[in-house]
Formats: sequence, C-alpha cells, structure tokens
Amino acid sequence: MSQTVQSSGDHAPDENRRDFLILATTAVGVVGTGMALWPFVDSMNASKDVLALASVEVSLSNIPVGQAIKVMWRGKPVFIRHRTEREIKEADDVALNELVDPQTDDARVEKKEWLILVGVCTHLGCIPMGTATGETRGDYDGWYCPCHGSHYDTSGRIRKGPAPLNLEVPTYSFLTDTSVKIG
Amino acid sequence: MSAPVWNNKVVKWVDDRLPVFSMLHHSAYEYPTPKNLSYMWNFGSLAGFVLVTMILTGIFLVMNYTPHTDMAFDSVERIMRDVNYGWLIRYMHVNGASMFFICVYIHIFRGLYYGSYKAPREMLWWIGILILLAMMATAFMGYVLPWGQMSFWGATVITNLFSAFPIVGEPLVHWLWGGFSIGNPTLNRFFSLHYLLPFVILGLVVLHVWALHTVRSNNPTGVEAKTPQDSIPFHPYYTIKDLFGMGIFLIFFLFFVFFAPDFFGEPDNYIPANPLVTPPHIVPEWYFLPFYAILRSIDFSIFGVPAKLLGVLAMFASIVVLFVIPWLDTSKVRSSKYRPVYKWFFLILFIDCFILGYCGKKAPDDYFMGIEGLHVIVMGQLATLYYFAHFLVVMPIVGKLERPKPLPASISESVLKGGANA
Amino acid sequence: MRKFALTAIAAAFALTAFTGTSQASGDAPVPKAQDWSWQGLFGTYDRAQLQRGFQVYKGICAGCHSLRFIAFRNLEGIGFNEDQIKAIAAEYDIEDGPNDDGDMFTRPGKPSDYFPSPFPNDKAAAASNGGSIPPDLSLMAKARMHGPDYVVALLTGYEEEAPEGFDLAEGKHYNHYFPGHQISMAPPLYDEAVEYTDGTPMTLEQHAHDVVAFLNWTAQPELEARKALGLKVLLFLIVLTAMLYAVKRKIWRDIEH
Repeated sequence: MSQTVQSSGDHAPDENRRDFLILATTAVGVVGTGMALWPFVDSMNASKDVLALASVEVSLSNIPVGQAIKVMWRGKPVFIRHRTEREIKEADDVALNELVDPQTDDARVEKKEWLILVGVCTHLGCIPMGTATGETRGDYDGWYCPCHGSHYDTSGRIRKGPAPLNLEVPTYSFLTDTSVKIG
Repeated sequence: MSAPVWNNKVVKWVDDRLPVFSMLHHSAYEYPTPKNLSYMWNFGSLAGFVLVTMILTGIFLVMNYTPHTDMAFDSVERIMRDVNYGWLIRYMHVNGASMFFICVYIHIFRGLYYGSYKAPREMLWWIGILILLAMMATAFMGYVLPWGQMSFWGATVITNLFSAFPIVGEPLVHWLWGGFSIGNPTLNRFFSLHYLLPFVILGLVVLHVWALHTVRSNNPTGVEAKTPQDSIPFHPYYTIKDLFGMGIFLIFFLFFVFFAPDFFGEPDNYIPANPLVTPPHIVPEWYFLPFYAILRSIDFSIFGVPAKLLGVLAMFASIVVLFVIPWLDTSKVRSSKYRPVYKWFFLILFIDCFILGYCGKKAPDDYFMGIEGLHVIVMGQLATLYYFAHFLVVMPIVGKLERPKPLPASISESVLKGGANA
Repeated sequence: MRKFALTAIAAAFALTAFTGTSQASGDAPVPKAQDWSWQGLFGTYDRAQLQRGFQVYKGICAGCHSLRFIAFRNLEGIGFNEDQIKAIAAEYDIEDGPNDDGDMFTRPGKPSDYFPSPFPNDKAAAASNGGSIPPDLSLMAKARMHGPDYVVALLTGYEEEAPEGFDLAEGKHYNHYFPGHQISMAPPLYDEAVEYTDGTPMTLEQHAHDVVAFLNWTAQPELEARKALGLKVLLFLIVLTAMLYAVKRKIWRDIEH
C-alpha cells in the first residue's frame, strides 16, 4: 500500500531496531506461509498408488508380422508393431538429414522386428492412426495423426506435418523373446 | 475519516473505477478500534482464519474424494495413505472443524459476557447466529462424507429428527434421504451441500464484518468510543495482535494435527458404514453434545405433544432463543464487568453448557459424574431447564433489579484508572 | 475479573476431564495401558517388532482376516527392501484378468498388488466362520476404543472356561475384554505360535504385542512422517510466534491499554 505512514523522528535508533524486527518477522512469516503451501501443491502430484502401477508386462506371441497392437500404459496407448523386413529396411534407408528430428532406427528399437512407441502425437496429444489393420498409415507407411495431419514413418519418426518430435519410445525391456515389460 | 491518497498510478486507476483499495483501507487499516480490546477479541479473526483453512483443505480433499457409498471410505483411506501429504490435509480438515467451533463458541460467550448483542449490534448478532447454524449444517454433512459407521448412523439419527413433525414428517425424511434410508443419493446431496455451504458462510462473514464496521466494535467496558483518544487504527495495532494470537492458535491447532489427530474423533468412524449394525453407543461430535443433551432430556409429553417432537423443538429453540436476547436483556449496562449479579448467572450458564455437553456424551442411564442416584437424564433436564431459564427469566429480571457498578466516563478513563484489572 | 475467568475455566475443564476418563461402556473392563515404542512426541516404530508382527499376521491372522488397505509395496515401511518385497508378493496368488481369451487367471503377486482377502466375499466369510464375518484388520488399531491396548487385551484375554453361571453359546469363546464376553474367534495366539528367528521370546504376550504393533502401523503408516514434520512445524511456529510477540510489544509500546 502506498499510503504515507506518519513517521516521527523522536526516537530514531529505536525505530531502526523496530524496523529490523518487523522485517525479520515478515520474512519468517512469508517463508512459513510459502512452506505451508507445498503440501497442497504436492498433493496434486502423482500419488504413491499411481506411481506403483508404472509398469506393464505384454505378451508378444499373438502379434503376426506386419501387424500391431495397442496396450495401455500409464493411461496412454503404447503401440507395439511387429515390423516386416521391408518396413525395417525403409526405416534404415532414410538419410538423417531428411529428418525433422534426426534419430537412427537403431537408437529407437532394441530388437529390429519390434517397434514400441508411446502412441501419442507429439503435436497436441491425439492418437495417430495406423495401428489397426486397414487404418491409413500416412505417406510414410507408419502412422498418420488425423487431428492436424502429421505423418510418421516405420520407425515412428515425424516426417511431415506440424508435430515437432518423433513418437516417444518408452523405457522397456524384454523379459523373454515373447514378452516385454514396459516402464 | 479522510479518503486515502494513492501514489501508485495503477492502484489509483483501479480505485477510481472500483474502490476496492479504499474499502480495504477503511476496513482493515484505518478502522478505528477501541484501544482496550482484550485477547478475547482475537477469536473473531481466528474463526475467519479457520474458515479459510477449511475451505482450502476441503478443496484439495475433494480432488481425491469419491462421493459414492461403495468408494467413499476407500477414497478417504487412499488420501491418508497414497496421496502426497494427504494425511496432513485431511487431519487439518478434521481437526479444523473442532477448532472452528472452539473459536466460534469462545467468540459467542465473549459476546454474551460483554453484551455485544445489545443495541445497536442486533443485526451483527443475528448474522453471527446464522453463521453458527450454517456451520452446524456444514459440519454435520461433512461428517457423513467418509462413510464410516458414525457417519452413517449419525446421519440416520439426525435426519430422523425431522420425522418428529406430524403429517409432513415422513415424506420430509424420505425427501431428505432421496429414498427409504440413508444411501447413495443422500451421500451425494450431502457432498454437494457440504461444498456449497462454506461459501454461504463466507458470504455471511462478509455481512458480519460489514455490520461490525457499521456499528463498530464493542469493548470490555461496554462504553461506546466517544473521543478520538478512545480508538486506535486497526493497522498496525490489531493486525499485529491478531497475528500474534494466530501464532498461538496455530501451535494449539497443529499440535492436535501432528500428535493427536484422532483426539476429537470417534473410533467407530474407522469402520466402514454398515446398515445392518448400529454401533453400541452413538454420540455426535463434541460440538453438538449440548444440543444433543437438550434433545434427549425431553422424555415426556406435554398436552399430547409427543416427547420426540418436543425434544426436537427444544433443540431448535435453544438456538432460536439467542435471536431474541437483545430484547430479553433489560439491563442498561452492556458489559457484565459492571453487573455484579448477572456476572454470576453468566458463570452458571457457562458451566451449564459444559454440563449439557457432559450429559450429551453419556448414556442416559449412567450416573452424573459417578454420583449415585443422579442419572444423566435428570441432570440433563435440570441443565436444560436452566439454559432456557437463563435467557427467558434471569436475563429480563436481573436486568431490571440489579444495580450496576458505576461505568467509566470513557474508554480512555477506564484504561488510565483501572489498568490493573483490565 | 481474573479470578472469575479462572473459576469458569477450571469448572469447564473438570467436567471435560471427567467425560474423558469414565468412558468404559457396558461390562467390559478398561484394557491395561501398554508401553508402545511410538508413543510420545518422539515415538517411532520398532522395525524388528513390526516385522515380527507381520510374521504373526501372515502365519495366523491372515487365515481369516483381510488387510485390504495394505499393498505389498507398503511393506517398505516396516523395513523390507525391494527384493524382499518382490519375494513376499510372489508367495501370493492374485486373481487378474480378463486375459486375451476373456478368462480370469491367477498369477504371482507383484509389489503393487494388495494383500488378497482370505474369502471371496462377505457371505463366504460368514459361512466359513459360524455366521460372523472376521473384520478387516487394516484399521483395527484405531477403530476401537483404547485402540492397540484393547487389541492386546482381547488377544490375551481368553478364558478356557466361562465363569460359573455364564451362558456361553455354542461355538463361542469367553473373552474378558470383548463386549458381551462372547466372541466367535477362537483364541488365535498361544506360546510359540510362530517361529521367531531373532531370539525374541515366543510367548503369547510377545506375539500379541508384536502383531498389534504391526496393526498399528497398518492403521497409521504415516505416523513417523507425521511426528517428524510436526516437530519441525511446531518449532518454527514457536519462533515465529515469539517474534510476533516482540513486534506486538514494540508497536503497542506507546499505547495506554
């Protein structure tokens, strides 16, 4: 508040002490209030039960070559595609300088025949088409996001359209040849 | 009171169009306050602080609570176990309810002792009672939400009170329940209203403060401020005093939250609601106990009016009577400090309320404080009798007959003369 | 004036205190107050005791009583590490599904799973237990008057023969501390009911204390975090309040009041 406070110069040294005390108390009070707000903010972060469900195991034995499935992981779809030889070759043959977000195919998969991706368009969060048989796979045989027209290739890399980044690769590990743990 | 001069251009621009800053300046800064207020005057602002705390913690609890009979109990346990700091937020909310009533009850007794309900503060007093009623409704419905045994059976017993009314009773209760018993529709509507009512309380608090600033604060002498020497600006004198009081209060409040979080609660509410089994001893939360005692103490019918209905009426009357005390009190003097006789009746009323609370907690057939032959129900009846007699008989008669002590000419004079006994 | 206020407050407190102490309802005696490691401002859980208590729960109570608010991952709170938790979880069969064929199946437990209930539903629980449903134990330690003290008293309060003239119903057991004295649960604990490996005496008393300590943890897993934070918060508030008091004194110095 900009109200002028009437200050009397009667006891100046004392005034200083008083001012310091008030300043220190205000500082402590403000810090305390700030700390008191943290539990409220933190309560909106992922809770312990949500964090505990952060991984899923998927069996791969039922996915024929050339097809893909969707599984739920952390409330989002994960695409698992059993790639054909042609698709793998297509992904390998792209020159890095042609890519918006340059990444080799090898950096994006653990086993060449299995492509595992978080199925969320990096533009604004829609689910790209191309997983189910018969859906359009876009201009690069990968996925096509119908919301704003982003095209992804057979390695899930962005090739055309407004999306800025490649489809995200989740952390995963193969438990056996036919089962994978995501997260 | 001069209009403030704003040096900051933005503040001035806003204030010229919507004088929020001037309003704040008048009511929280410059507001002339009697300089002799005791610490008993801290509890109004403390109650306001608790209200804000309750709304804040409540909003964050709702983010994780599920109002469904199948999930409510589990969702509360999830808050306690899995949500980050969920236990802290919930325990603050649970104990905050008790703190709210502690502050408000002290605030009310202070008003009663110093005659703060007398002209020209009747509206202020009435709005205060409305706040109390809204608080009671809010607290009751909030207690139902965790859907424990006490939630369920407390809701059953309290809503059944309305069945006491002839003819409309049963349809009314079914309407309250949204069915033939307390169930999911009941839980959902209680949740809805429990979220709504605090904001109604907030609105009433604004009116309460508005009325206060119109008629000005009472003070321990009960003598109105007359000269500028009697008053001091609210800021910094009472802002700092309120803040200091808040510090003390927070230590008290948070001690319970961190070290005895279930002190005010009932163990039975950690058992999920079971419509087939009533807990052996149903008691309301402590802040309802005196009213519960009044309700139970009427175990007889008068002129064919059944006891059940009389009990309900007596319970409502115990609050309604507060509305008329500005006219029941015939004394010319406000503050009991200068009322040598009434002062002692006030003390009896104060203890009477605790006796009622005690009786509300105990089973009717127990002995009162272990005194052989004195049943709780009888003591409750005597206490109820005094409660009403205090307002309806003692107040008008003592006010007429009593000879008050001489009042100080002004607040300043009382401060200078009697600093020792203030 | 001061005297007057003091009289009022004293009277009020006398009444309040009296309400608190004489709460024993019915004919059940007040359970003896026990010493617990988590009492007081600085109280904490004894991890070894909690693990012994878990052993008792697992070996004895889990046969009839569920623990539905506790997940295996929570066992971190009683001092198990991740591998131990995985091993414990894997001992349990958890129903999951439906799988790709639409069938439910059982698989070994994972840390994120909750302790499975011994009975598929309440009706089954009642049918196997002479009509009484064994209550869930997650919150038992705070869902009864006198909490942990009561549970210990109950577990150790059995009598082989009901007193002379007491009419004990078929299939019921006599217990001093159970309201009405007739309890459906047979005496669950006895000396050497489970095998301790840390040299703790395997007496009925000890088993009872250990399992109740464990149940107090399942009821209040936040207790240690709560008290630790509480000490910091109260210390901070005491400093802040003292400072506010000093400021108040300064500001009010020139005012007669």
